[in-house]
Amino acid sequence: MNNKMNPEQRIVITGVGLTSPNGNNLKEFRESLLTGKSGVQKFETRFMGEVLAGVCDFDTLKYQKKKELRRGTRVGSVAIYCCREAFADAGIDLEAIDRSRVGVYLGVTEHGNVETENEVHNISKYDYDTKYWSHHHNPRTVANNPAGEVTLNMKITGPHYTIGAACAAGNMGVIQGVQMLRLGEADLALAGGVSESIRTFGIFASFKSEGALAEHEDPTKASRPFDKQRNGIVCSEGGCVYTLERLDDAEKRGAKIYGEIVGYAINSDAFDFILPEPGRQAECMRLALNQAGLKAGDINILNAHATATQLGDIQECKALRDVFGGEKAVWINNTKSFIGHTMGAAGTLELSGNLPAFEDGLVHPTLNLDELDPECHLDNIVSGAPKQLDRVDYIMNNSFGMFGINSVLIVKRYEN
Amino acid sequence: MTRDEVRQAVVNILADIAPDEDVSSIKDDVTLREQMDLDSMDFLDIVMELRKRFNVEVPESDYQQLVSMASCIQYLQPLLKDRQLAS
Repeated sequence: MNNKMNPEQRIVITGVGLTSPNGNNLKEFRESLLTGKSGVQKFETRFMGEVLAGVCDFDTLKYQKKKELRRGTRVGSVAIYCCREAFADAGIDLEAIDRSRVGVYLGVTEHGNVETENEVHNISKYDYDTKYWSHHHNPRTVANNPAGEVTLNMKITGPHYTIGAACAAGNMGVIQGVQMLRLGEADLALAGGVSESIRTFGIFASFKSEGALAEHEDPTKASRPFDKQRNGIVCSEGGCVYTLERLDDAEKRGAKIYGEIVGYAINSDAFDFILPEPGRQAECMRLALNQAGLKAGDINILNAHATATQLGDIQECKALRDVFGGEKAVWINNTKSFIGHTMGAAGTLELSGNLPAFEDGLVHPTLNLDELDPECHLDNIVSGAPKQLDRVDYIMNNSFGMFGINSVLIVKRYEN
Repeated sequence: MTRDEVRQAVVNILADIAPDEDVSSIKDDVTLREQMDLDSMDFLDIVMELRKRFNVEVPESDYQQLVSMASCIQYLQPLLKDRQLAS
């Protein structure tokens, strides 16, 4: 997947729409990542009281009516905001395009937990009489809900679906978009990942039962990937969607091009329900490098998955040492130290935070790395302050999820 | 509930399920769908809210009684005569 390829097979990012706990567009998000602004705060959740979470504050009424908000889901709202922003950023006028040629491909970690918990809570007020169970439950909980809400809101009549892939899902939404554009199944793809996971107590409670829910008296210090004092995940909501198109289409309309997706890989650990397996993670990174025709040392910025669980970080660092050990020019950062784990959104959102490095050469740091866990030792972690590079040509993003689903994306600087 | 209170109860429900609409100007003898953006799921919401707020069951065969404000009032007033309009 290199520039010798037919331009019809080369896929570029021409728009970014996002909501993160520390920014509601790429400019705000990037600014937060360069200035050390966390998005983690205290958050009330049902049954558990106060927990820590990354909470988004995008304007839900920017693109939706109040009735759409009432009827739909939080993640539908996140998805609509991100997709509308992605097209606006790409300069695409919905009225001027053939909306049957747009595909919507959104990664989700899970879906339906929030809505089901809400309905159970609702009928608990009526002695669990199911005649009070909402007729909105099924459309809210079908797995394609967030992508479907996007199509209704934007009147897109091309294909739409979600891709369930635990915390590897954000990258996989993008990969699906790339594949469908290459197959000619769509001319424009809205591709990425979304999450509403902080609206379900079950996610927090399950991580807590696993001993993997982060706690800290200062919410902004709770998410501490690679740090010796890390104690688990901060759950967050968020979304990030790209406008993807074929290079020839993008050049024809003079679009701003953020970068070209030159490599990707998906594989499976086949090892455990929750524990990751470094051998397969390393293999996934190598598969993506091979597809891009690159060597490990060609990567300038590696955005690690880095959830801040005890074992997850150790396992990923083993994989990173395996692939990148001894490579002095590969700089490593992570995003969860700022915003927690945005679940289905994580892959795309975290990659987006690094895309401006193609222009400014800055590697944003990781936060809260006060004392590196020796088991997470890596040569080139950027910590505390941004690192200025002369030039950034390749960014790699890792996203891994439960059941050992691994996804890796490589984006290349675009030059005319 | 008086006739006016029944009307107010229906207006309150419509205000909740159609929050973008101006419910203060509903004409009683024109169908609700002609005046507001309502679909079948919204009518199911009206039925659900009558059940939740007033413990009133509207069987499917009577859904057509909810077509206009006037028909709602006519249909609901006997069913709500012993109910209070929540403040």
